[in-house]
Amino acid sequence: MRVEIAGENALILYFGDGTTSPTTSAQVQQATSLLETALADKLVDMVPSYASLLVIYDLNSTDHFEVRRLIRESLGELGGAAAAEGRVVELPAYYSTESGPDLEDLAKRAELEVDEVINIHTSMEYRVYAIGFAPGFAYLGEVDPRIAAPRLSTPRQKVPRGAVAIADRQTAVYPAVSPGGWNLIGLCPTRMFNPDARPTMPVEVGDRVKFKPICRDEFLELGGEL
Amino acid sequence: MSGFKVLQPGILTLIQDGGRIGHHRIGLTTGGPLDREAFNWANRLLGNDSNATALEISIGGLVLEAEVDTAIVLTGAEMALKINGREQERWCVQPIKAGDRVEVAFTTAGARGYLAVKDGFQISHSFDSAATVTREGLGGLNGEKLAQGDYLFCSAGKAQRLRLPEAFRPDFNKDVTLRVICGYQQDAFSDLQKRLFFSSEYSVTDRADRMGYRLEGPQITPSIDGILSEGICHGAIQVPADGQPIVLLNDRQTIGGYPKIGAMIARDTARMTQLLSGAKVSFEEITMEDAHNLHHLTQRRCASIELEQLD
Repeated sequence: MRVEIAGENALILYFGDGTTSPTTSAQVQQATSLLETALADKLVDMVPSYASLLVIYDLNSTDHFEVRRLIRESLGELGGAAAAEGRVVELPAYYSTESGPDLEDLAKRAELEVDEVINIHTSMEYRVYAIGFAPGFAYLGEVDPRIAAPRLSTPRQKVPRGAVAIADRQTAVYPAVSPGGWNLIGLCPTRMFNPDARPTMPVEVGDRVKFKPICRDEFLELGGEL
Repeated sequence: MSGFKVLQPGILTLIQDGGRIGHHRIGLTTGGPLDREAFNWANRLLGNDSNATALEISIGGLVLEAEVDTAIVLTGAEMALKINGREQERWCVQPIKAGDRVEVAFTTAGARGYLAVKDGFQISHSFDSAATVTREGLGGLNGEKLAQGDYLFCSAGKAQRLRLPEAFRPDFNKDVTLRVICGYQQDAFSDLQKRLFFSSEYSVTDRADRMGYRLEGPQITPSIDGILSEGICHGAIQVPADGQPIVLLNDRQTIGGYPKIGAMIARDTARMTQLLSGAKVSFEEITMEDAHNLHHLTQRRCASIELEQLD
């Protein structure tokens, strides 16, 4: 584990070798719960992700020296916990050039047919590695390297709710209209974040997600909007 | 019930409190006032809780009609305050009577004004806060900015007529140097790239909002163009492939995958967000230790300022 400065009241912890793996992800989850206890009310918030944990602390009750010490003391014993098996959640997705403006470009760059891209994307079971960026935005991994694609060099100002997207070997469903730099390949009619529903999200970290291809009519029937 | 009727909402007026804290794990951002110092002064002058719900007025143009006897304060950007057509002092408690018309003019310097009322506006909370984050559709009135016809509930109240001495009010016409703690992927920025970043002048673009301020200037090129998505703290400066830095603010995404050179201290994000597009800024490196000292010294200094009493 490596500790770096993030900001004036934040440190970021990096785990494993800095790549995505279920083992590293399990370490992040373990560190998150240990530090919650160790830092208690000195803690403002935490953001666990693939291979990192952002720790935001209260500058009026502690400083980075003490936080670093508490991290060392409480995470010294961090083992390679087994990745907990979560539920499998199925998400329907309407893949098309109409619903996924980057689908053709992505296929062209990958030297694949559009249908092949869709088949590859729906054939995998993804792990929920992190939730963030926006309410209910679940980072799913890992995408087959054949359809991995870098982020757009200039992010879009407006990505629609439900957009199914790829960035590098990550995939996700945009839970709300927002700016974003991911490649858009389809639309999912399931609401990924509903503040009035309990739970607010259909998935949580550790769950597994499988996409199910649906046609235009099914998409509209399930409440999707074009 | 009593409160204020919104006759004109202005360009972008948002209900804000201290922010939505502790919900990053389902991806909720914090929201809250961009210029926390000006927000705090408004509440302190009224003797309110420091997180009491107030209005953040961007650019200006707000008109309210009181249906309650209370007191208000306007701080932050230089937006003339008129009560029943007569200009009144800002950074100063102003008594309000039912029927009064309160106007906040368009700014002549600075970008964000803060209008607080005695004991705060009464706004229902979502996820423990009234802070409006329009991107998330949370907080405020239905997660939206103020609109004509909205009603802001508050109780009747009285406050001592206190004012902040002029010497302690900010000057929004000054050039600003923004202090940055290097961190995150700083090693992906070569010494040359860092020197370029800290010695160049950048300007605020029109793509500057509560999520982030996109700046324009010499292109900075990190040695990597993407990272595994990770948590983003307030003030983090990310550099996407176009080499133009973006300072991430209160409504930022909680996770992202662009390389970051470090983070701006909160005291200076507050100053930066008072700038309008076209304003010039430059950066200065500060250590974590100096940043902590500055934080405590600033708090100490603010706490020791004696407010003046009118009447």
